[in-house]
Amino acid sequence: MRVAPRVGVLTFPGSLDDRDALRAVRLAGAEAVPLWHGEKWLSDVVAVVLPGGFSYGDYLRAGAIARFSPAMASVIDGARNGMPVLGICNGFQVLCEAHLLPGALIRNDHRKFVCRDQQLRIENNRTDWTSGYEENQQIVVPLKNGEGGYVADRATLDELEAEGRVVARYVGDNPNGSYRDIAGITNAEGNVVGLMPHPEHAVEDLTGPSTDGLAFFTSVLQKLVGTPA
Amino acid sequence: MTSAPVQRPPVDTVKNAKKNSEDKQPYRELGLADNEYARIKEILGRRPTSSELAMYSVMWSEHCSYKSSKVHLRQFGEKVPDAAKDILLVGMGENAGVVDIGDGWAVTFKIESHNHPSYVEPHQGAATGVGGIVRDILTMGARPVAVLDSLRFGPAEAPDTGRVLPGVVSGVGGYGNCLGLPNIGGELVFDPTYLGNPLVNALCVGVLRADGIKLAKAEGAGSKVVLFGARTGGDGIGGASVLASASFEAEGERKRPAVQVGDPFAEKVLIECCLEIFAADLVTGIQDLGAAGLSCATTELAAAGSGGMAVDLDLAPLRDQTLVPEEILMSESQERMMAVVTPDNLAAFMAICEKWDVTATVIGEVNDSGRLTMRWHGEKIVDVPPRSLAHEGPVYQRPIGRPYDQDALNGDHGNGLPRPKTGDKLCATGLKLIASPNLADKSWVTDQYDRYVLGNTVLAQPEDAGMVRVSEDGVLGLALAVDGNGRYTRLDPYAGAQLALAEAYRNVATTGARPLAVTNCLNFGSPEDPAVMWQFSEAVRGLADGCQQLGIPVTGGNVSFYNQTGRTPILPTPVIGVLGVIDDVTRRTPMAFTQDGHQLYLLGDTRDEFGGSEWANVVHGFLGGKPPKVDLDREKLLADVLINASRDGLIDAAHDVSDGGLFVALAESCLRGTTGARIVVPDDEDPFVFLFSESAGRAIVAVPRSEEVRFTDMCTARGLPARRIGVLDILESAIEVQGQFRLPIGELRRAWSGTLPALFG
Repeated sequence: MRVAPRVGVLTFPGSLDDRDALRAVRLAGAEAVPLWHGEKWLSDVVAVVLPGGFSYGDYLRAGAIARFSPAMASVIDGARNGMPVLGICNGFQVLCEAHLLPGALIRNDHRKFVCRDQQLRIENNRTDWTSGYEENQQIVVPLKNGEGGYVADRATLDELEAEGRVVARYVGDNPNGSYRDIAGITNAEGNVVGLMPHPEHAVEDLTGPSTDGLAFFTSVLQKLVGTPA
Repeated sequence: MTSAPVQRPPVDTVKNAKKNSEDKQPYRELGLADNEYARIKEILGRRPTSSELAMYSVMWSEHCSYKSSKVHLRQFGEKVPDAAKDILLVGMGENAGVVDIGDGWAVTFKIESHNHPSYVEPHQGAATGVGGIVRDILTMGARPVAVLDSLRFGPAEAPDTGRVLPGVVSGVGGYGNCLGLPNIGGELVFDPTYLGNPLVNALCVGVLRADGIKLAKAEGAGSKVVLFGARTGGDGIGGASVLASASFEAEGERKRPAVQVGDPFAEKVLIECCLEIFAADLVTGIQDLGAAGLSCATTELAAAGSGGMAVDLDLAPLRDQTLVPEEILMSESQERMMAVVTPDNLAAFMAICEKWDVTATVIGEVNDSGRLTMRWHGEKIVDVPPRSLAHEGPVYQRPIGRPYDQDALNGDHGNGLPRPKTGDKLCATGLKLIASPNLADKSWVTDQYDRYVLGNTVLAQPEDAGMVRVSEDGVLGLALAVDGNGRYTRLDPYAGAQLALAEAYRNVATTGARPLAVTNCLNFGSPEDPAVMWQFSEAVRGLADGCQQLGIPVTGGNVSFYNQTGRTPILPTPVIGVLGVIDDVTRRTPMAFTQDGHQLYLLGDTRDEFGGSEWANVVHGFLGGKPPKVDLDREKLLADVLINASRDGLIDAAHDVSDGGLFVALAESCLRGTTGARIVVPDDEDPFVFLFSESAGRAIVAVPRSEEVRFTDMCTARGLPARRIGVLDILESAIEVQGQFRLPIGELRRAWSGTLPALFG
């Protein structure tokens, strides 16, 4: 019998969707491991999810303080060495603050928090977290953010597009003013992915608008254990 | 540059109060009446110190002491139905009631108002309203799992509504979202009487193991009193007695600092810290600091426990070092808790606080002296019997008088109001109603609330009730609905309260959950106005009688008086929250019409009832007559049918018929779903009455053809009128009322969804 890979979910003070990320990891078939921001040792996990929420109250800027936590130092090291890391919402903000991903996330252009079921197009299915999708597959997952507007300078945006590093794009109304409707991006290696919407809230029929989000978590599992024979 | 030391007035000590016993004190400015001040002197055998005076003024305020409402609220305890006594683990009087829901789980829930602060400072007022009720739930030992909000504002198009509403919504959302609590339901109502006095009622529900209940009591001499959470600052000083107890017309500016400022991140950390402390069983008593802050927490803990407590007030960590004892005692700084911890557990308690970076300070000790004493720099400034503040405040039997215009109001029944007679006019009426602010799409508001966080939300607004799974390991769920109707209550407070109760009860049952318990937020004008007191006493009597008849207990709630602008009170507005339980959340019944060919049934009786209706309000701006008839036995029967049909899989969708009548219910279920509906008006019904009457005790259900016989047999056997009124049609994207009109869903959606964005941007 194969042992399920250990996938960590890092909790900061003010993290909110950490339980949901743990659940999604579990439902995908991995062993879900809670990680604490103050611990440098990552408990032998082989992949990490940075969950949504308001780490450290989003004081200063969303994600700005979280990136300096002891656990994040280890996550940054791991990510640079190929460990799969998925940042969702506030986690995406942390990845940008940590310079694992380019650009930044700013206050929604309409200045209000928005929670809705959002249609996305998965444009890059070659990352560690999206290999389970078809290219250009359209999915619906919840979106909920107050600072979800993705911004970067034109050169960075052009580079992201040219290298196919836009992982997901909003379909229909742009919910937060993100440049070029970008909902998620990856690093060049495809192991670090940041996504503003919440795939961990679309893993059960009972509680989500769909189960379209589950493939983010099964994708990384497939990468870690290989395709079952 | 050095600044000169601040000149402070000398602190008024007990010794000084004895010596200078005739000093004049500003008790009237603090909201105390002459007789109340005299009683304080009698209790203490001397004049109070200024610190004691501050404490009595906040604890004896209307907001904290319930002095005008107490004599009426007793009925909730006296009329607890026998059937409910078994499930009631904690009743009225604690921070929140607790009910047993089986499988070793218990639920605690409560609704509370934050009306006046939300007018003065909409964002912070609403935010701290959410924060306060969440701490009440936490204090019982529960993990808060969801919030609901019931909001009322002046006319939607009024400029001041444009100031107040967006702030309130961003406050409710901002605080709840940052706490990671899903917002699963609520109300949004507009009426001119709320223009200078919005209602912001927040409900929180929490889940705990039935053996994990915590209570607010300081027991065991030698135990330590720990203040933890945020530091004490100058915000909210006098909030309890000044803002909640006296009318504040045209004084908004001056009192702005009296509104508390919230920090949801601090509260989120405090919640997780407390839950870890509870799990380790480290406290013997706990109390949150809400209205009246430290005054309330120390007196309530002491009064409920061994009876004595000694506090060194200068140990309280301060955000502002210039605060004087009176201010520290009255401060309503948010995100603070007080725990009673045995010396053995203290180190472990402090370690958890440190892990979460929560400031925790021992400020006192429990003793058996029967007195609450406080020192400030070594000098005794407070020496009081704690029960005299917490439980033995003044009680008033306020004069009650039926409003002089009540008979005229009830007699002016509006039967002569012109009614639409043709199909086109019926259709236009429907469109006008669905586009009116009270019935229009609320997603401008609810899209600002996170309904997904925690991952257990099964149903959320605009569904009839919010529903969450209790634990992700099981299928046990709880459902909650809040309802109120100020117009009905104005026409008949006894019936109005029962109609609000019936609607919330019905909404819970519509989702398939069994109603179990009740919380209430009673929003009224000045208790010093006999007409208001009549409304209040009738509403409380109606609610208590109604709960007894339905067999569900009132477990707690909140009274908010002085909701008026000038001499004009708000519509009397009891807001009722009903909690229900469902054994299997996968059996829930949603409101959306999605299945082609399913048969539509209208359950209950439709009568010509338009008193207080949305139609009379929207189309004619008219309020008069009597509200719809209340029949609580019928409500029970309807609930039984809805619950059984859900459990047995006999229905696929269900929706309560209330504001705006059948037409609005049909429209909402179509807009939420994917099908149209073809409707036939029964031969013996008047089309207008059929479509727009607000008769209570009704719901619409969609029944699969395969279950039609079983379903109708069940209704027949139980004696519930069930009438087939149409069929769902996926090809016909319209509401078609045969022989009357055909209204495309697209047109309906435009009318419904455009209203709030056009008003609020």
